[in-house]
Amino acid sequence: MLTIKNLHAQITDKEILKGINLEVKAGEVHAIMGPNGSGKSTLASVIAGKEEFEVTKGSVVLEGEDLEDVSPEERAHKGVFLSFQYPIEIPGVSVTNFIKTAINESRKARGLKDMPANEMLKLIREKAELLEIDRKFLSRSLNQGFSGGEKKRNEIFQMAMLEPKVAILDETDSGLDIDALRIVANGVNKLKSKDNAVIVITHYQRLLDYIVPDFVHVLHNGKIVKSGGKELAMELEEKGYDWIKQEAAV
Amino acid sequence: MELKDKLLSSFIAFEDNVDVEHAVHNIRSAAIKNFELKGFPSKKEEAWKYTSLNNIQKVDFSIFPKGDVDIEYKDVKKYFIHDIDTYKIVFIDGVYSSHLSETTHDGVDVCLLSAALTKPMYAQVIDVYFNKIASKDESLTTLNTAFSKEGAYIYIPKNKMPKKPIEILNFATGNEASLILQPRNLIVVEENAEVQIIERHQSLTGNQILTNAVTEIFAATSAIVDYYKIQDDASTASLIDNTYVDQQSKSNVSVHTFSFGGKLTRNNLNFYQNGEYMDSVMKGVTILNKKQHVDHHTLVHHIEPNCESHQDYKGIYGDSATGVFNGKIIVDKLAQKTNAFQQNNNILISDKATINTKPQLEIFADDVKCSHGCTIGQLDEDALFYMQSRGIPKKEARALLMYAFANNVLESVRIPELKARVNGLIAKKLAVNLGFDI
Repeated sequence: MLTIKNLHAQITDKEILKGINLEVKAGEVHAIMGPNGSGKSTLASVIAGKEEFEVTKGSVVLEGEDLEDVSPEERAHKGVFLSFQYPIEIPGVSVTNFIKTAINESRKARGLKDMPANEMLKLIREKAELLEIDRKFLSRSLNQGFSGGEKKRNEIFQMAMLEPKVAILDETDSGLDIDALRIVANGVNKLKSKDNAVIVITHYQRLLDYIVPDFVHVLHNGKIVKSGGKELAMELEEKGYDWIKQEAAV
Repeated sequence: MELKDKLLSSFIAFEDNVDVEHAVHNIRSAAIKNFELKGFPSKKEEAWKYTSLNNIQKVDFSIFPKGDVDIEYKDVKKYFIHDIDTYKIVFIDGVYSSHLSETTHDGVDVCLLSAALTKPMYAQVIDVYFNKIASKDESLTTLNTAFSKEGAYIYIPKNKMPKKPIEILNFATGNEASLILQPRNLIVVEENAEVQIIERHQSLTGNQILTNAVTEIFAATSAIVDYYKIQDDASTASLIDNTYVDQQSKSNVSVHTFSFGGKLTRNNLNFYQNGEYMDSVMKGVTILNKKQHVDHHTLVHHIEPNCESHQDYKGIYGDSATGVFNGKIIVDKLAQKTNAFQQNNNILISDKATINTKPQLEIFADDVKCSHGCTIGQLDEDALFYMQSRGIPKKEARALLMYAFANNVLESVRIPELKARVNGLIAKKLAVNLGFDI
């Protein structure tokens, strides 16, 4: 579904990704772990098409299509979703209006008409329930004054609405208490199917107790230095990242 | 002939058509003398540093319109807030249009200044209020005073509220190649009375129009006045708006100014707080492009203790548009416990657009809270990427961000249909379909 080959990316002449290889198939959950500054969030941004990062080598291919020169919004239309580590506050635009706009823009890109209002309302209600979001919350300005947990729940709510093929969850567990973590993870698990894939980017193993990965990759200094099954995450939790760094240095 | 000289000599012709024996004419005569002395303001004056009237003065304006031009309601319907019922005071080329208007004397007076200036039954109100708060010194205000004859006259007696909002519309037909209009509005809202007014100047052709308007608003004790100015005029129309507000204790007056159109617009908005425990609200949304120019000069004079003022102006400038915000707050020594807030935020979406913004605080009391802030920025790239990552194209994302930026000023608009209308104007000005109901 998503194939990343020898991906190099830089920002203002500083190379951050130094040759990433990753193959994500439909139905799989991949976890990308690694110490701070290893390039995890950059990888997420590059997949989503953030223009500040320059891809100097390699490719990101979604269902056989090279995403080079594909704008972030077109990537979204093709099924890429990035849940932000720090969702942006947009005062003056309600959660409902924002998601309506996003849904209808995606439909427009696929040559479809706007979703009828009653259908939209029904869908919003259904997905809000999944994330245990109440109706008042939906009329608030997007992310403005939201708690950490509310922001992340809202991200997964949007993911539920947009039904992406590849969802990248960037540090979705940060700033969450245990209840919010459970709600968010539960939401993600319910959205998972054999037709989509999830990439979980996290520093800690905690989230992986809830969203169980098929593969775990360790990113260090812009490269995947180790891959394994879910037991690798446990090992990292126990031993920290130092042994990985040492192994990589050899 | 220079425009100033033309105006001065026109005053003599003007006198042929008004009652020179009337007390008001002494006010006009004094005013024309002041204008003769001062002339048009130049860029050398601090208050006019960023707004030049030089080009305007080169236009050979007609001072008096040729007369009766009629327009049909269906042709101008879109300029009214037609989805609600309103009283309407409509002028075509400065002349009252009875068939487009809907005035009333049912408990309140919503009618014409020309009537109020000439009929004895209004003499007392005119005597107490006319030209009492308008500057006798500022040249363009006195120019208007000199030629003051027609405009809206609104008198709301104690404890009254008109059944519906009032629209004041000034249409220019382009019957003249170029025309000066000088409407003069007098609005008196007595104790515990309330009124909502929507004002609009609209040129219907591409001919040159200069409007030099003066509005005096008197809000007595506990009165509530909401005044909305829609400035979305043709690109050949310029407006100098001079609004003066006199507020008494416990009154609440708000003026919202929506500036989307016109060639050159200058808003002189002056609040004088002659009492305690009141609030003055000044809000503005300015969205300009091409070579448009809007200059907001606000003044709030805190004279007595325990009062508040709130100013919030947002501006979005594209192409070679230029904007000015100059917000002056004076807090007299007596005016302890004043809370004065002022905010001016701007977004420049083109390298050639300019904004000059200046807070000007003169505080003589020691126990006050005054805050001011001005920002000039571009759109937040992270916010754009966030929206794009959800499938919203960059153009729409930009528009949505700008819309959101301007939108919170509209929260205090108390007429829902007007709010919807202004929302629509914002969307149109930003040239985008917002994708949701507004």
